Amino acid sequence: MKCHPYKTDLPVMLPYKPIETENFGSTIKLWYAVPIVALILGTSAIAQSGSDIRLGAVQTLMRWMPLLLQGFIFNVLISVMAMAIGTGLGAALGIGQLSLNRLVRSSSWLLTQFFRNAPWLVLLFFAMFLLPFEVNIFGIIVPLPDWVKATIGLALPVMANVSEIIRGAVLSLPSGQWEAAESLAYSRRQTLWLIILPQCLKRMLPPWMNLYAILTMATVLASIVGVSEVMTLTGEALAAEGGRPDLLAPFYAFVLLIFFVYCYPIARLTVRLERKFSVIN
Amino acid sequence: METFYEWFLVLYEDTGINLPFMYDDYDRGRILNGLWATIKLSAICVLFSVIIGMVGAWLQGSPWKVTRRVVNVYIQLFRNTPPLVQLYFFYFAVGILIPRVENDWGGTSPLIDSFGWAVISLSFFAGAFNVEIFRSGIEAVPKSTIEAAKALGFSRLQIYKDITLPLALRVVIPSLNNNLVNLVKTTTLAYAIAVPELLYESNQIWSDNVNVTEMMLFLLIAYFVLVGILVWAMNSWDRSLKIPGFGQ
Amino acid sequence: MSWNDTEPMVSIRDVYKSFGTLEVLKGISLDVMKGEVICIIGPSGSGKSTLIRCINGLNDIQAGSILVEGQEVNDPELDKLELRKKVGMVFQQYNLFPHKTALENVMMAPIRVLKHDKEIAKKAAIELLCKVGLEDKEKAYPGEMSGGQQQRVAIARSLAMNPDVILFDEVTAALDPETVNEVLLTIKRLAEDGMTCILVTHEMGFAREVADHIYFTDGGLIVEHGNPKNFFENAKDPRTKEFLSQIL
Repeated sequence: MKCHPYKTDLPVMLPYKPIETENFGSTIKLWYAVPIVALILGTSAIAQSGSDIRLGAVQTLMRWMPLLLQGFIFNVLISVMAMAIGTGLGAALGIGQLSLNRLVRSSSWLLTQFFRNAPWLVLLFFAMFLLPFEVNIFGIIVPLPDWVKATIGLALPVMANVSEIIRGAVLSLPSGQWEAAESLAYSRRQTLWLIILPQCLKRMLPPWMNLYAILTMATVLASIVGVSEVMTLTGEALAAEGGRPDLLAPFYAFVLLIFFVYCYPIARLTVRLERKFSVIN
Repeated sequence: METFYEWFLVLYEDTGINLPFMYDDYDRGRILNGLWATIKLSAICVLFSVIIGMVGAWLQGSPWKVTRRVVNVYIQLFRNTPPLVQLYFFYFAVGILIPRVENDWGGTSPLIDSFGWAVISLSFFAGAFNVEIFRSGIEAVPKSTIEAAKALGFSRLQIYKDITLPLALRVVIPSLNNNLVNLVKTTTLAYAIAVPELLYESNQIWSDNVNVTEMMLFLLIAYFVLVGILVWAMNSWDRSLKIPGFGQ
Repeated sequence: MSWNDTEPMVSIRDVYKSFGTLEVLKGISLDVMKGEVICIIGPSGSGKSTLIRCINGLNDIQAGSILVEGQEVNDPELDKLELRKKVGMVFQQYNLFPHKTALENVMMAPIRVLKHDKEIAKKAAIELLCKVGLEDKEKAYPGEMSGGQQQRVAIARSLAMNPDVILFDEVTAALDPETVNEVLLTIKRLAEDGMTCILVTHEMGFAREVADHIYFTDGGLIVEHGNPKNFFENAKDPRTKEFLSQIL
């Protein structure tokens, strides 16, 4: 029998698409938070049995809620600032990775890899301990309080990830775009700024938003290095209530709840955007 | 070996670069313990989270709506809340409920210690991401291949084990790689519940010796190397799984 | 359910099938005796593929009955796995398992589903590969073989289960003209060996030469049927004549 050594014309496997399935849906199902709320109420009910001298756990939680929410707003503030700084630095680093200059390219790549492979907590410690407590800029002394150092510490991994996102997005464009630009006599810089990057912006948005969600959740790490945010305040509240063990579950569950309510809609939006953009592309 | 270690003492005296875990036996022991604890924690969590991912992806294909709902709720809850808070919740809130047993010194200690809770919490955290990754991989297996298996009389479980999983695995290795690297980095959170892993021990050393810069750089390099090894291992595994003729 | 050779092996009566609101099969009836080769032809969308997929239970029917060796396929308590040991199927897209070699593809189902001994199954598989002319491709992966070769492995895979009837769903439609012949030759040899075959095909030459009976479907109904001589030369229904004039 004649043997034809060409490859089959039908794909052996479908191309891999990192898109979520219909099962999840892109609607915001906030009722997913119900288990946490149930957990809060349930654990406080169980613990309540026996003593009615002390306030029930839920009432205690209500008392502290305003303070905890304030703390959470501080977390959000840190996340926004760290995102801004990180994105700015990361953009520079990302474009550096695309440079034609070998030195710039390899040093950008090295920095990106280095900060990507480091755990967020280690970088946080890094920033907290090694940044001075005040800087002298043109004769003006600017104090760097703890939370600013923590913000910078969190901006470092963001920077590395943004750099990777940019590089990934640029690489994902078909090479035809570069060739077309070249044949139209665009310079490298023009190609990058006028053609490639604008197209990449759409592709970069979902992973960038995903990064923001991760960052927001990472802001609680600041509590380990002593910055006063929602986890620290929770710890202080629990201590102020005398370290009652029955309060632990409701309070921690409440913190989980706040983050869930904030981050879950972002995650859903990211999925929706990803789906929309992949259809267009 | 002694002279190798002593060189670092000389380094300290000459230049002020203090690496006590090199020249001091006790500190060296601490760092090695920390390194070992990190490796153990990472390995166990990687294993459990992959298993959770596979089981979760299997359950998501279940014909019962209840099972699918439960898995979805699990995923969304663990993905959208901070792993540190999950860790605290498990260790403090759930840990209180665990019965205590008598330990060797006549006192009582909980059945699951901080290392155990770290394993449980981190495995479920990473497992939630893995379920989605495996789910995407399963969807990438063409429906017609599954039909061919059905037409041959394979049962649902057999299809999952022999056909879907092997094919899905090859497709998801890049994402899985990424996720497992993140898991190794996330093990540092165990510091917060006093698990004596690498960061914790380094902290002990720099508290004693006030050589934060050196320890920091050491930590960054150590994790760089650890992650590098994991990436290399995953890439070799990927290469060994390559199906001839099926490339992308 | 006892069944003997004098009754039809496959008996389809008044089968109705809809996908949602779209009715695809509108009352099909046909019989297949043991050892017969049946070809079902017709324009696309006429329900041919749907029909044969109903025979081995891949699609379910809304009304009517399908009896395979006396066993009702539409019965909700039917053990589909048992049915599929009797009814083999070869698909248009071959659907080989890409991560297994040709030999393993053929061996897998007998070992996993029929619980045959590994060595016996291996020998039988090698024989089958020789039968379809691919004895030198034992260790090749699907990605390294041409379409025609893959399709022949798919036929061998079906044969390994020792079915009583094999369904062929447009198996040459995805092949280029040169390789179509290899596959048709293989099917012809099977038919000559006495295997009951039900084919959905566009290959009129093959149908004329090998088939015992030809059915023409259009719009979910059987418009005309007969043995090849009568069918091709004395077609009665105008739709049949129109279709044949377009194809031939």
